[in-house]
Amino acid sequence: MIDKKLLQKGSLDELVKKLKSGGTRVFAPVEKGGKVLFDEVDSAAAMARDYVQTTLSAKDVILPRCEEMMRFTTGQGTVTMEKAPDLPPPAVVLGVRPCDARSIAVVNAVYLKDYNDALYKSKIDNTTIVGISCAKCDEYCFCTSVNGSPGDTEGSDILLTEVDGGNYLAEIVTEKGKALAAMAPELFTAAGSEDKAKHLADVKVQFDLKAVEKKLPGVFDGEVWITQSLRCIGCGTCSYVCPACTCFDIQDETDGNRGVRLRCWDSCGFGQFTLHTSGHNPREVQSQRWRQRIMHKFSYQPDQLQVTGCVGCGRCSRACPVDMNILQHIKDIEAQ
Amino acid sequence: MQDKIRQKARELLSSGAVKVVIGYGEGTGSRVRALFIQRPEDADRLIMDERCVQNLAVYLTKHEVRAIGKPAIVAKMPVIRSINQLAYEEQFNEGDIAVIGISDSDELVDLPDLTSVREYAAKNPLLLTAEERAELDKLETMTREERWNYWLEELSNCIKCYACRASCPMCYCPRCTVEVNQPQWISVPAHEIGNVEWHIMRAMHLAGRCVNCGECTRACPVKIPLRLLNQRIIADIAVNFGQSEDYALAAFNPNDKEDFIR
Repeated sequence: MIDKKLLQKGSLDELVKKLKSGGTRVFAPVEKGGKVLFDEVDSAAAMARDYVQTTLSAKDVILPRCEEMMRFTTGQGTVTMEKAPDLPPPAVVLGVRPCDARSIAVVNAVYLKDYNDALYKSKIDNTTIVGISCAKCDEYCFCTSVNGSPGDTEGSDILLTEVDGGNYLAEIVTEKGKALAAMAPELFTAAGSEDKAKHLADVKVQFDLKAVEKKLPGVFDGEVWITQSLRCIGCGTCSYVCPACTCFDIQDETDGNRGVRLRCWDSCGFGQFTLHTSGHNPREVQSQRWRQRIMHKFSYQPDQLQVTGCVGCGRCSRACPVDMNILQHIKDIEAQ
Repeated sequence: MQDKIRQKARELLSSGAVKVVIGYGEGTGSRVRALFIQRPEDADRLIMDERCVQNLAVYLTKHEVRAIGKPAIVAKMPVIRSINQLAYEEQFNEGDIAVIGISDSDELVDLPDLTSVREYAAKNPLLLTAEERAELDKLETMTREERWNYWLEELSNCIKCYACRASCPMCYCPRCTVEVNQPQWISVPAHEIGNVEWHIMRAMHLAGRCVNCGECTRACPVKIPLRLLNQRIIADIAVNFGQSEDYALAAFNPNDKEDFIR
Protein backbone atom coordinates (compact mmCIF):
# COMPACT_ATOMS: atom_id res chain seq x y z
CA MET A 1 0.00 0.00 0.00
CA ILE A 2 1.51 3.30 -1.12
CA ASP A 3 1.44 5.97 1.55
CA LYS A 4 0.11 9.30 0.21
CA LYS A 5 1.17 12.64 1.67
CA LEU A 6 1.02 16.27 0.66
CA LEU A 7 4.16 18.34 0.14
CA GLN A 8 3.42 22.07 0.15
CA LYS A 9 4.71 24.16 -2.75
CA GLY A 10 7.50 25.75 -0.70
CA SER A 11 8.40 22.55 1.12
CA LEU A 12 10.34 21.08 -1.79
CA ASP A 13 13.00 23.72 -1.31
CA GLU A 14 13.15 23.02 2.42
CA LEU A 15 13.50 19.33 1.65
CA VAL A 16 16.46 19.99 -0.68
CA LYS A 17 18.16 22.19 1.91
CA LYS A 18 17.60 19.63 4.63
CA LEU A 19 19.09 16.88 2.49
CA LYS A 20 22.06 19.05 1.58
CA SER A 21 22.74 19.95 5.19
CA GLY A 22 22.87 16.24 6.00
CA GLY A 23 25.62 15.76 3.38
CA THR A 24 23.42 14.22 0.69
CA ARG A 25 24.10 15.20 -2.92
CA VAL A 26 20.92 16.38 -4.64
CA PHE A 27 20.63 16.18 -8.41
CA ALA A 28 17.79 17.82 -10.33
CA PRO A 29 17.00 19.02 -13.86
CA VAL A 30 18.57 22.42 -14.48
CA GLU A 31 18.21 24.55 -17.58
CA LYS A 32 21.56 25.42 -19.15
CA GLY A 33 21.74 27.20 -22.50
CA GLY A 34 18.63 25.76 -24.10
CA LYS A 35 19.01 22.26 -22.71
CA VAL A 36 17.80 20.66 -19.51
CA LEU A 37 20.40 18.49 -17.75
CA PHE A 38 20.65 16.83 -14.34
CA ASP A 39 23.09 18.71 -12.16
CA GLU A 40 23.79 19.10 -8.45
CA VAL A 41 21.55 21.75 -6.92
CA ASP A 42 21.47 23.66 -3.64
CA SER A 43 17.82 24.63 -3.82
CA ALA A 44 14.60 23.60 -5.53
CA ALA A 45 14.48 27.07 -7.07
CA ALA A 46 17.29 26.02 -9.42
CA MET A 47 15.09 23.29 -10.93
CA ALA A 48 13.95 23.70 -14.53
CA ARG A 49 10.23 24.04 -15.11
CA ASP A 50 7.93 23.67 -18.11
CA TYR A 51 9.96 21.15 -20.04
CA VAL A 52 8.76 17.81 -21.35
CA GLN A 53 11.95 15.81 -20.90
CA THR A 54 15.58 16.38 -19.92
CA THR A 55 18.14 16.25 -22.75
CA LEU A 56 20.13 13.49 -21.03
CA SER A 57 18.66 11.07 -18.53
CA ALA A 58 19.73 10.77 -14.89
CA LYS A 59 21.63 7.58 -15.84
CA ASP A 60 24.92 9.45 -15.34
CA VAL A 61 24.37 9.36 -11.54
CA ILE A 62 24.11 5.56 -11.27
CA LEU A 63 26.03 4.58 -14.41
CA PRO A 64 28.42 7.44 -15.18
CA ARG A 65 29.60 8.13 -18.73
CA CYS A 66 33.04 7.11 -17.45
CA GLU A 67 33.87 5.74 -14.02
CA GLU A 68 36.99 4.52 -12.32
CA MET A 69 37.09 0.76 -11.70
CA MET A 70 40.57 0.50 -10.21
CA ARG A 71 44.10 1.87 -10.28
CA PHE A 72 47.18 -0.18 -11.02
CA THR A 73 50.95 0.02 -10.96
CA THR A 74 53.12 -2.27 -13.07
CA GLY A 75 56.59 -3.34 -12.00
CA GLN A 76 59.11 -6.01 -13.04
CA GLY A 77 56.64 -8.82 -13.79
CA THR A 78 54.18 -7.53 -11.20
CA VAL A 79 50.92 -5.66 -11.24
CA THR A 80 49.71 -4.02 -8.04
CA MET A 81 46.05 -3.14 -7.96
CA GLU A 82 44.39 -0.53 -5.78
CA LYS A 83 40.66 -0.45 -5.25
CA ALA A 84 38.48 2.24 -6.79
CA PRO A 85 38.11 5.41 -4.73
CA ASP A 86 35.59 5.51 -1.90
CA LEU A 87 31.93 5.92 -2.69
CA PRO A 88 30.65 9.46 -3.03
CA PRO A 89 28.07 10.56 -0.44
CA PRO A 90 24.48 9.35 -0.90
CA ALA A 91 22.52 10.93 -3.73
CA VAL A 92 18.90 11.94 -4.18
CA VAL A 93 17.81 12.43 -7.76
CA LEU A 94 14.88 14.79 -7.81
CA GLY A 95 12.58 15.32 -10.78
CA VAL A 96 13.05 11.99 -12.54
CA ARG A 97 10.27 11.34 -15.07
CA PRO A 98 8.28 8.10 -14.53
CA CYS A 99 9.65 6.66 -17.79
CA ASP A 100 13.21 7.22 -16.56
CA ALA A 101 12.43 5.78 -13.13
CA ARG A 102 11.10 2.71 -14.92
CA SER A 103 14.39 2.37 -16.82
CA ILE A 104 16.20 1.55 -13.56
CA ALA A 105 14.61 -1.90 -13.71
CA VAL A 106 16.34 -2.43 -17.07
CA VAL A 107 19.74 -1.27 -15.76
CA ASN A 108 19.26 -3.44 -12.65
CA ALA A 109 18.43 -6.47 -14.79
CA VAL A 110 21.68 -6.08 -16.73
CA TYR A 111 23.99 -5.19 -13.84
CA LEU A 112 22.53 -7.18 -10.95
CA LYS A 113 20.77 -10.25 -12.34
CA ASP A 114 23.33 -12.78 -13.60
CA TYR A 115 26.32 -10.99 -12.17
CA ASN A 116 26.20 -8.67 -9.19
CA ASP A 117 28.20 -5.68 -10.39
CA ALA A 118 29.61 -4.20 -7.18
CA LEU A 119 30.45 -0.85 -8.72
CA TYR A 120 26.92 -0.34 -9.99
CA LYS A 121 25.29 -1.82 -6.88
CA SER A 122 27.12 0.58 -4.59
CA LYS A 123 25.75 3.49 -6.58
CA ILE A 124 22.14 2.37 -6.96
CA ASP A 125 21.97 1.35 -3.28
CA ASN A 126 23.23 4.81 -2.41
CA THR A 127 20.70 6.66 -4.57
CA THR A 128 17.09 7.62 -3.86
CA ILE A 129 14.82 8.47 -6.76
CA VAL A 130 12.20 11.17 -6.32
CA GLY A 131 10.14 11.02 -9.49
CA ILE A 132 7.85 13.69 -10.82
CA SER A 133 4.75 12.88 -12.86
CA CYS A 134 4.33 14.31 -16.34
CA ALA A 135 1.73 17.02 -16.83
CA LYS A 136 2.61 17.29 -20.50
CA CYS A 137 4.07 15.21 -23.27
CA ASP A 138 5.11 15.67 -26.90
CA GLU A 139 4.88 13.71 -30.15
CA TYR A 140 8.00 11.70 -29.22
CA CYS A 141 6.59 10.32 -25.93
CA PHE A 142 5.19 6.79 -25.90
CA CYS A 143 5.53 5.48 -22.33
CA THR A 144 2.01 4.00 -22.39
CA SER A 145 2.96 1.79 -25.37
CA VAL A 146 5.72 0.13 -23.32
CA ASN A 147 3.69 -0.50 -20.14
CA GLY A 148 4.49 2.83 -18.48
CA SER A 149 2.35 5.86 -17.74
CA PRO A 150 2.85 9.58 -16.97
CA GLY A 151 2.05 8.89 -13.31
CA ASP A 152 3.68 5.46 -12.99
CA THR A 153 5.23 4.86 -9.55
CA GLU A 154 7.53 1.99 -10.62
CA GLY A 155 11.19 2.80 -10.06
CA SER A 156 10.53 5.90 -7.96
CA ASP A 157 11.13 5.77 -4.22
CA ILE A 158 8.82 8.76 -3.90
CA LEU A 159 6.67 10.01 -6.77
CA LEU A 160 5.56 13.64 -6.76
CA THR A 161 2.61 14.86 -8.79
CA GLU A 162 1.99 18.59 -9.00
CA VAL A 163 -1.62 19.17 -7.98
CA ASP A 164 -3.78 22.27 -7.42
CA GLY A 165 -2.01 25.32 -6.04
CA GLY A 166 1.45 24.07 -7.05
CA ASN A 167 1.51 21.61 -4.13
CA TYR A 168 2.72 18.08 -4.62
CA LEU A 169 0.97 14.83 -3.95
CA ALA A 170 3.79 12.63 -2.62
CA GLU A 171 3.39 8.88 -3.07
CA ILE A 172 5.90 7.13 -0.84
CA VAL A 173 6.58 3.92 -2.70
CA THR A 174 9.55 2.13 -1.16
CA GLU A 175 11.48 1.74 2.07
CA LYS A 176 14.08 4.16 0.71
CA GLY A 177 11.28 6.63 0.08
CA LYS A 178 10.04 6.17 3.65
CA ALA A 179 13.54 6.79 4.99
CA LEU A 180 13.82 9.98 2.95
CA ALA A 181 10.43 11.26 4.14
CA ALA A 182 11.43 10.43 7.70
CA MET A 183 14.32 12.86 7.40
CA ALA A 184 11.83 15.73 7.23
CA PRO A 185 8.54 14.38 8.56
CA GLU A 186 7.19 17.88 9.24
CA LEU A 187 7.15 18.63 5.48
CA PHE A 188 5.00 15.64 4.55
CA THR A 189 1.48 16.43 5.74
CA ALA A 190 -1.71 14.42 5.40
CA ALA A 191 -3.04 14.21 1.84
CA GLY A 192 -6.60 15.19 1.06
CA SER A 193 -8.62 13.87 -1.82
CA GLU A 194 -6.31 15.06 -4.62
CA ASP A 195 -7.31 13.67 -7.99
CA LYS A 196 -3.92 12.61 -9.41
CA ALA A 197 -5.28 11.50 -12.78
CA LYS A 198 -6.52 14.93 -13.79
CA HIS A 199 -2.99 16.34 -13.48
CA LEU A 200 -1.38 13.82 -15.82
CA ALA A 201 -0.52 14.12 -19.52
CA ASP A 202 -2.61 12.14 -21.98
CA VAL A 203 -0.18 9.77 -23.70
CA LYS A 204 -1.95 7.62 -26.30
CA VAL A 205 -1.05 3.97 -26.77
CA GLN A 206 0.51 3.71 -30.25
CA PHE A 207 1.41 0.06 -30.73
CA ASP A 208 0.85 -3.38 -29.26
CA LEU A 209 4.09 -4.25 -27.43
CA LYS A 210 3.33 -7.98 -27.23
CA ALA A 211 2.61 -8.10 -30.97
CA VAL A 212 5.92 -6.34 -31.74
CA GLU A 213 7.84 -8.73 -29.48
CA LYS A 214 6.24 -11.67 -31.23
CA LYS A 215 6.92 -10.30 -34.70
CA LEU A 216 10.58 -9.33 -34.32
CA PRO A 217 12.30 -12.75 -34.50
CA GLY A 218 10.52 -13.35 -37.82
CA VAL A 219 11.80 -10.15 -39.45
CA PHE A 220 15.45 -10.63 -38.41
CA ASP A 221 16.50 -11.21 -42.03
CA GLY A 222 14.06 -8.67 -43.48
CA GLU A 223 14.76 -5.61 -45.65
CA VAL A 224 13.21 -3.30 -43.07
CA TRP A 225 16.50 -2.71 -41.25
CA ILE A 226 18.20 -1.51 -44.43
CA THR A 227 15.30 0.78 -45.37
CA GLN A 228 15.14 2.28 -41.91
CA SER A 229 18.86 2.73 -41.35
CA LEU A 230 20.14 4.05 -44.67
CA ARG A 231 20.14 7.61 -43.33
CA CYS A 232 21.66 6.58 -39.95
CA ILE A 233 25.10 8.18 -39.69
CA GLY A 234 26.37 5.79 -37.01
CA CYS A 235 26.84 8.09 -34.04
CA GLY A 236 26.06 7.05 -30.47
CA THR A 237 23.57 9.77 -29.63
CA CYS A 238 20.55 7.44 -29.33
CA SER A 239 22.36 5.15 -26.88
CA TYR A 240 23.90 7.93 -24.85
CA VAL A 241 20.67 9.85 -24.29
CA CYS A 242 18.83 6.57 -23.56
CA PRO A 243 18.13 5.89 -19.87
CA ALA A 244 18.03 2.13 -20.49
CA CYS A 245 21.11 1.58 -22.68
CA THR A 246 23.75 -0.20 -20.63
CA CYS A 247 26.60 -1.23 -22.95
CA PHE A 248 30.07 -0.25 -21.86
CA ASP A 249 33.65 -0.29 -23.04
CA ILE A 250 36.73 -0.55 -20.82
CA GLN A 251 39.63 1.85 -21.29
CA ASP A 252 42.99 1.76 -19.52
CA GLU A 253 44.70 5.11 -19.22
CA THR A 254 48.36 4.84 -18.33
CA ASP A 255 51.07 7.26 -17.39
CA GLY A 256 54.40 5.50 -17.15
CA ASN A 257 53.93 2.44 -14.94
CA ARG A 258 50.74 3.74 -13.30
CA GLY A 259 47.30 3.43 -14.75
CA VAL A 260 43.58 3.79 -14.22
CA ARG A 261 40.94 1.44 -15.56
CA LEU A 262 37.73 3.18 -16.61
CA ARG A 263 34.31 1.90 -17.60
CA CYS A 264 32.82 4.10 -20.34
CA TRP A 265 29.51 4.11 -22.19
CA ASP A 266 29.51 2.34 -25.55
CA SER A 267 26.98 2.30 -28.38
CA CYS A 268 25.81 -0.30 -30.90
CA GLY A 269 25.64 2.58 -33.40
CA PHE A 270 29.42 2.68 -33.74
CA GLY A 271 31.25 0.79 -36.48
CA GLN A 272 33.71 -0.54 -33.91
CA PHE A 273 30.99 -1.99 -31.67
CA THR A 274 31.62 -5.77 -31.35
CA LEU A 275 34.60 -5.55 -33.70
CA HIS A 276 36.75 -8.59 -32.95
CA THR A 277 40.53 -8.55 -32.57
CA SER A 278 40.71 -10.70 -35.71
CA GLY A 279 39.18 -7.83 -37.71
CA HIS A 280 35.89 -9.69 -38.13
CA ASN A 281 32.75 -7.83 -37.08
CA PRO A 282 29.50 -9.78 -36.79
CA ARG A 283 27.65 -6.49 -37.42
CA GLU A 284 29.63 -4.96 -40.22
CA VAL A 285 27.02 -2.63 -41.71
CA GLN A 286 24.77 0.00 -40.13
CA SER A 287 21.54 -1.93 -40.81
CA GLN A 288 22.83 -4.80 -38.63
CA ARG A 289 23.73 -2.36 -35.86
CA TRP A 290 20.31 -0.71 -36.06
CA ARG A 291 18.69 -4.15 -35.95
CA GLN A 292 20.72 -4.94 -32.85
CA ARG A 293 19.40 -1.81 -31.12
CA ILE A 294 15.76 -2.68 -31.80
CA MET A 295 16.07 -6.44 -31.27
CA HIS A 296 17.97 -5.97 -28.01
CA LYS A 297 15.33 -3.68 -26.52
CA PHE A 298 12.17 -5.28 -27.88
CA SER A 299 13.09 -8.96 -28.26
CA TYR A 300 16.27 -10.15 -26.51
CA GLN A 301 15.79 -8.29 -23.22
CA PRO A 302 12.10 -9.21 -22.82
CA ASP A 303 13.05 -12.81 -23.60
CA GLN A 304 16.17 -13.09 -21.43
CA LEU A 305 15.66 -10.54 -18.65
CA GLN A 306 11.86 -10.15 -18.60
CA VAL A 307 12.12 -6.39 -19.13
CA THR A 308 11.48 -4.22 -22.19
CA GLY A 309 14.65 -2.29 -22.90
CA CYS A 310 12.77 0.83 -23.98
CA VAL A 311 10.70 3.05 -21.69
CA GLY A 312 9.24 5.35 -24.35
CA CYS A 313 10.94 8.54 -23.15
CA GLY A 314 11.47 9.60 -26.78
CA ARG A 315 14.93 11.06 -26.18
CA CYS A 316 16.62 9.12 -28.99
CA SER A 317 14.11 10.45 -31.51
CA ARG A 318 14.37 14.03 -30.25
CA ALA A 319 18.17 13.98 -30.24
CA CYS A 320 18.83 12.07 -33.46
CA PRO A 321 20.52 14.39 -35.97
CA VAL A 322 18.94 12.51 -38.89
CA ASP A 323 15.39 11.85 -37.63
CA MET A 324 15.68 8.15 -36.81
CA ASN A 325 12.34 8.04 -35.02
CA ILE A 326 12.04 4.89 -32.91
CA LEU A 327 8.26 5.17 -32.50
CA GLN A 328 7.71 5.38 -36.23
CA HIS A 329 10.12 2.51 -36.86
CA ILE A 330 8.43 0.24 -34.31
CA LYS A 331 5.00 1.04 -35.73
CA ASP A 332 6.30 0.25 -39.23
CA ILE A 333 7.61 -3.09 -38.00
CA GLU A 334 4.29 -3.84 -36.30
CA ALA A 335 2.46 -3.08 -39.56
CA GLN A 336 4.62 -5.44 -41.63
CA MET B 1 12.63 24.68 -57.13
CA GLN B 2 11.09 21.54 -55.65
CA ASP B 3 9.53 20.65 -59.00
CA LYS B 4 12.79 21.19 -60.84
CA ILE B 5 14.63 18.89 -58.41
CA ARG B 6 11.98 16.20 -58.79
CA GLN B 7 12.10 16.51 -62.59
CA LYS B 8 15.90 16.25 -62.62
CA ALA B 9 15.82 13.28 -60.22
CA ARG B 10 13.24 11.50 -62.37
CA GLU B 11 15.34 12.02 -65.50
CA LEU B 12 18.53 10.78 -63.88
CA LEU B 13 16.84 7.65 -62.51
CA SER B 14 14.77 6.90 -65.67
CA SER B 15 17.78 7.15 -67.96
CA GLY B 16 19.79 4.90 -65.68
CA ALA B 17 22.42 7.65 -65.26
CA VAL B 18 22.28 7.13 -61.49
CA LYS B 19 20.97 4.42 -59.18
CA VAL B 20 19.99 6.66 -56.28
CA VAL B 21 19.17 10.32 -55.69
CA ILE B 22 20.13 11.62 -52.24
CA GLY B 23 17.84 14.49 -51.28
CA TYR B 24 15.48 15.76 -48.62
CA GLY B 25 11.98 14.56 -47.77
CA GLU B 26 9.39 14.99 -45.04
CA GLY B 27 10.36 13.40 -41.73
CA THR B 28 8.37 12.98 -38.54
CA GLY B 29 6.50 15.97 -37.12
CA SER B 30 7.88 19.09 -38.75
CA ARG B 31 11.31 17.58 -39.36
CA VAL B 32 12.92 16.77 -42.68
CA ARG B 33 15.22 13.85 -43.31
CA ALA B 34 17.56 12.49 -45.94
CA LEU B 35 15.84 10.39 -48.60
CA PHE B 36 17.46 7.87 -50.92
CA ILE B 37 15.21 7.76 -53.99
CA GLN B 38 15.82 4.71 -56.14
CA ARG B 39 12.75 4.69 -58.45
CA PRO B 40 11.65 7.53 -60.78
CA GLU B 41 8.08 7.26 -59.46
CA ASP B 42 9.31 8.11 -55.95
CA ALA B 43 10.96 11.38 -57.05
CA ASP B 44 7.88 13.33 -55.97
CA ARG B 45 8.79 12.64 -52.35
CA LEU B 46 11.73 15.03 -52.68
CA ILE B 47 11.25 18.45 -51.12
CA MET B 48 13.23 21.68 -50.84
CA ASP B 49 12.57 24.41 -48.32
CA GLU B 50 14.36 26.32 -45.56
CA ARG B 51 14.34 23.26 -43.27
CA CYS B 52 16.59 21.33 -45.69
CA VAL B 53 19.96 22.12 -44.14
CA GLN B 54 21.58 18.77 -43.34
CA ASN B 55 24.89 18.42 -45.19
CA LEU B 56 24.01 15.41 -47.32
CA ALA B 57 27.61 15.04 -48.57
CA VAL B 58 28.17 12.90 -45.46
CA TYR B 59 26.42 10.05 -47.30
CA LEU B 60 28.78 10.15 -50.31
CA THR B 61 31.47 8.27 -48.39
CA LYS B 62 29.16 5.83 -46.52
CA HIS B 63 29.67 2.38 -47.95
CA GLU B 64 26.04 1.38 -47.31
CA VAL B 65 24.98 4.22 -49.65
CA ARG B 66 27.78 3.69 -52.18
CA ALA B 67 26.80 0.02 -52.38
CA ILE B 68 23.51 1.03 -54.05
CA GLY B 69 25.38 2.37 -57.09
CA LYS B 70 26.12 5.77 -58.57
CA PRO B 71 24.40 8.55 -56.59
CA ALA B 72 23.09 11.97 -57.57
CA ILE B 73 23.01 14.42 -54.70
CA VAL B 74 20.85 17.48 -54.09
CA ALA B 75 23.51 20.06 -53.33
CA LYS B 76 23.15 23.53 -51.92
CA MET B 77 26.31 25.59 -51.44
CA PRO B 78 27.71 23.81 -48.32
CA VAL B 79 27.21 20.44 -50.03
CA ILE B 80 28.87 21.71 -53.24
CA ARG B 81 31.85 22.89 -51.20
CA SER B 82 32.00 19.51 -49.43
CA ILE B 83 31.94 17.64 -52.75
CA ASN B 84 34.76 19.84 -53.98
CA GLN B 85 36.87 19.11 -50.91
CA LEU B 86 36.12 15.37 -51.00
CA ALA B 87 37.09 15.28 -54.69
CA TYR B 88 40.32 17.14 -53.86
CA GLU B 89 41.02 14.46 -51.24
CA GLU B 90 40.36 11.79 -53.88
CA GLN B 91 37.35 10.30 -52.12
CA PHE B 92 35.76 9.84 -55.53
CA ASN B 93 36.75 10.16 -59.15
CA GLU B 94 35.21 11.91 -62.11
CA GLY B 95 31.97 10.16 -63.05
CA ASP B 96 31.42 8.57 -59.62
CA ILE B 97 28.69 11.00 -58.61
CA ALA B 98 26.17 13.38 -60.20
CA VAL B 99 25.33 16.75 -58.66
CA ILE B 100 21.95 18.49 -58.64
CA GLY B 101 23.32 21.91 -57.76
CA ILE B 102 21.22 24.67 -56.20
CA SER B 103 22.54 28.21 -56.03
CA ASP B 104 22.17 30.55 -53.05
CA SER B 105 19.58 32.41 -55.14
CA ASP B 106 17.59 29.17 -55.39
CA GLU B 107 18.29 28.30 -59.03
CA LEU B 108 19.35 24.95 -60.44
CA VAL B 109 23.05 25.03 -61.30
CA ASP B 110 24.42 22.81 -64.01
CA LEU B 111 27.45 21.02 -62.55
CA PRO B 112 28.16 18.21 -65.04
CA ASP B 113 31.62 17.29 -63.71
CA LEU B 114 34.01 17.78 -60.81
CA THR B 115 35.85 20.56 -62.66
CA SER B 116 32.63 22.58 -62.82
CA VAL B 117 32.09 21.88 -59.11
CA ARG B 118 35.58 23.20 -58.38
CA GLU B 119 35.06 26.30 -60.49
CA TYR B 120 31.67 26.99 -58.93
CA ALA B 121 33.07 26.59 -55.39
CA ALA B 122 35.97 28.93 -56.28
CA LYS B 123 33.50 31.55 -57.56
CA ASN B 124 31.59 31.36 -54.27
CA PRO B 125 34.27 31.58 -51.57
CA LEU B 126 33.40 30.68 -48.03
CA LEU B 127 32.84 33.79 -45.95
CA LEU B 128 31.71 33.95 -42.36
CA THR B 129 28.46 35.77 -41.76
CA ALA B 130 28.41 38.95 -39.68
CA GLU B 131 26.75 36.95 -36.90
CA GLU B 132 29.51 34.32 -36.93
CA ARG B 133 32.17 37.05 -36.93
CA ALA B 134 30.48 38.68 -33.95
CA GLU B 135 30.43 35.39 -32.03
CA LEU B 136 34.13 34.85 -32.74
CA ASP B 137 34.93 38.44 -31.78
CA LYS B 138 33.12 37.93 -28.49
CA LEU B 139 35.52 35.08 -27.69
CA GLU B 140 38.41 37.44 -28.45
CA THR B 141 37.26 39.91 -25.83
CA MET B 142 37.63 37.26 -23.12
CA THR B 143 40.86 36.86 -21.20
CA ARG B 144 42.71 33.62 -21.80
CA GLU B 145 41.42 32.22 -18.48
CA GLU B 146 37.84 33.24 -19.24
CA ARG B 147 38.03 31.63 -22.65
CA TRP B 148 39.52 28.42 -21.24
CA ASN B 149 36.82 28.24 -18.57
CA TYR B 150 34.12 28.94 -21.15
CA TRP B 151 35.26 25.99 -23.23
CA LEU B 152 35.74 23.71 -20.21
CA GLU B 153 32.16 24.45 -19.17
CA GLU B 154 30.79 23.79 -22.67
CA LEU B 155 32.87 20.65 -23.15
CA SER B 156 31.95 19.27 -19.72
CA ASN B 157 28.58 18.39 -21.26
CA CYS B 158 30.18 16.26 -23.99
CA ILE B 159 29.22 12.58 -23.75
CA LYS B 160 31.48 11.46 -26.63
CA CYS B 161 28.58 10.26 -28.75
CA TYR B 162 30.61 11.38 -31.77
CA ALA B 163 27.58 12.90 -33.51
CA CYS B 164 29.94 15.75 -34.50
CA ARG B 165 32.19 13.29 -36.28
CA ALA B 166 29.43 11.12 -37.76
CA SER B 167 27.51 14.09 -39.19
CA CYS B 168 30.60 15.72 -40.74
CA PRO B 169 31.30 15.00 -44.43
CA MET B 170 35.00 15.60 -43.80
CA CYS B 171 35.19 12.93 -41.05
CA TYR B 172 35.25 9.92 -43.34
CA CYS B 173 38.30 8.09 -41.94
CA PRO B 174 37.55 4.38 -41.62
CA ARG B 175 39.52 4.45 -38.39
CA CYS B 176 39.54 7.71 -36.47
CA THR B 177 42.61 8.76 -34.49
CA VAL B 178 40.56 8.39 -31.30
CA GLU B 179 40.13 4.70 -32.09
CA VAL B 180 43.82 4.02 -32.66
CA ASN B 181 45.04 2.60 -29.37
CA GLN B 182 48.49 1.22 -30.08
CA PRO B 183 49.76 3.76 -29.25
CA GLN B 184 46.85 5.67 -27.73
CA TRP B 185 47.01 9.16 -29.26
CA ILE B 186 44.17 10.82 -27.47
CA SER B 187 42.14 10.01 -24.39
CA VAL B 188 38.89 8.14 -25.12
CA PRO B 189 36.75 8.56 -21.97
CA ALA B 190 34.33 11.51 -21.79
CA HIS B 191 36.15 13.17 -18.91
CA GLU B 192 37.56 16.68 -18.92
CA ILE B 193 40.87 16.08 -20.66
CA GLY B 194 39.35 13.46 -22.97
CA ASN B 195 36.73 15.90 -24.19
CA VAL B 196 39.15 18.78 -24.61
CA GLU B 197 41.64 16.62 -26.53
CA TRP B 198 38.97 15.20 -28.78
CA HIS B 199 37.43 18.49 -29.87
CA ILE B 200 40.74 20.28 -30.35
CA MET B 201 42.11 17.36 -32.34
CA ARG B 202 39.01 17.30 -34.55
CA ALA B 203 39.17 21.04 -35.16
CA MET B 204 42.84 20.76 -36.17
CA HIS B 205 42.01 17.99 -38.61
CA LEU B 206 39.37 20.23 -40.15
CA ALA B 207 41.64 23.21 -40.70
CA GLY B 208 41.51 24.22 -44.36
CA ARG B 209 38.88 21.55 -45.03
CA CYS B 210 35.85 22.60 -42.98
CA VAL B 211 33.06 24.06 -45.15
CA ASN B 212 31.43 25.72 -42.12
CA CYS B 213 28.10 24.00 -42.79
CA GLY B 214 27.38 23.90 -39.04
CA GLU B 215 26.33 20.26 -39.11
CA CYS B 216 28.44 19.35 -36.03
CA THR B 217 26.73 22.06 -33.99
CA ARG B 218 23.26 21.01 -35.17
CA ALA B 219 23.98 17.33 -34.53
CA CYS B 220 25.35 17.83 -31.00
CA PRO B 221 22.70 16.64 -28.50
CA VAL B 222 24.07 18.95 -25.80
CA LYS B 223 24.44 21.96 -28.10
CA ILE B 224 28.18 22.58 -27.80
CA PRO B 225 29.00 25.49 -30.17
CA LEU B 226 31.54 23.36 -32.07
CA ARG B 227 31.37 25.54 -35.15
CA LEU B 228 32.80 28.37 -33.09
CA LEU B 229 35.60 26.22 -31.70
CA ASN B 230 36.46 24.91 -35.14
CA GLN B 231 36.51 28.33 -36.78
CA ARG B 232 38.64 29.75 -34.01
CA ILE B 233 41.23 26.97 -34.19
CA ILE B 234 41.20 27.10 -37.99
CA ALA B 235 41.95 30.83 -37.77
CA ASP B 236 44.87 30.15 -35.38
CA ILE B 237 46.28 27.51 -37.71
CA ALA B 238 46.02 29.90 -40.67
CA VAL B 239 48.03 32.50 -38.74
CA ASN B 240 50.71 30.05 -37.61
CA PHE B 241 51.00 27.74 -40.59
CA GLY B 242 49.49 29.70 -43.48
CA GLN B 243 46.40 29.06 -45.53
CA SER B 244 46.68 26.71 -48.45
CA GLU B 245 44.70 24.05 -50.21
CA ASP B 246 46.83 21.43 -48.48
CA TYR B 247 45.51 21.38 -44.97
CA ALA B 248 47.91 21.96 -42.13
CA LEU B 249 48.09 18.43 -40.71
CA ALA B 250 48.65 16.68 -44.06
CA ALA B 251 51.12 19.03 -45.68
CA PHE B 252 54.84 18.74 -45.06
CA ASN B 253 57.35 21.40 -45.90
CA PRO B 254 61.05 21.18 -44.96
CA ASN B 255 60.85 24.87 -44.01
CA ASP B 256 58.02 24.32 -41.51
CA LYS B 257 58.65 25.90 -38.15
CA GLU B 258 60.00 23.43 -35.62
CA ASP B 259 60.89 25.77 -32.79
CA PHE B 260 57.88 24.60 -30.79
CA ILE B 261 59.31 21.07 -30.50
CA ARG B 262 61.24 20.68 -27.28
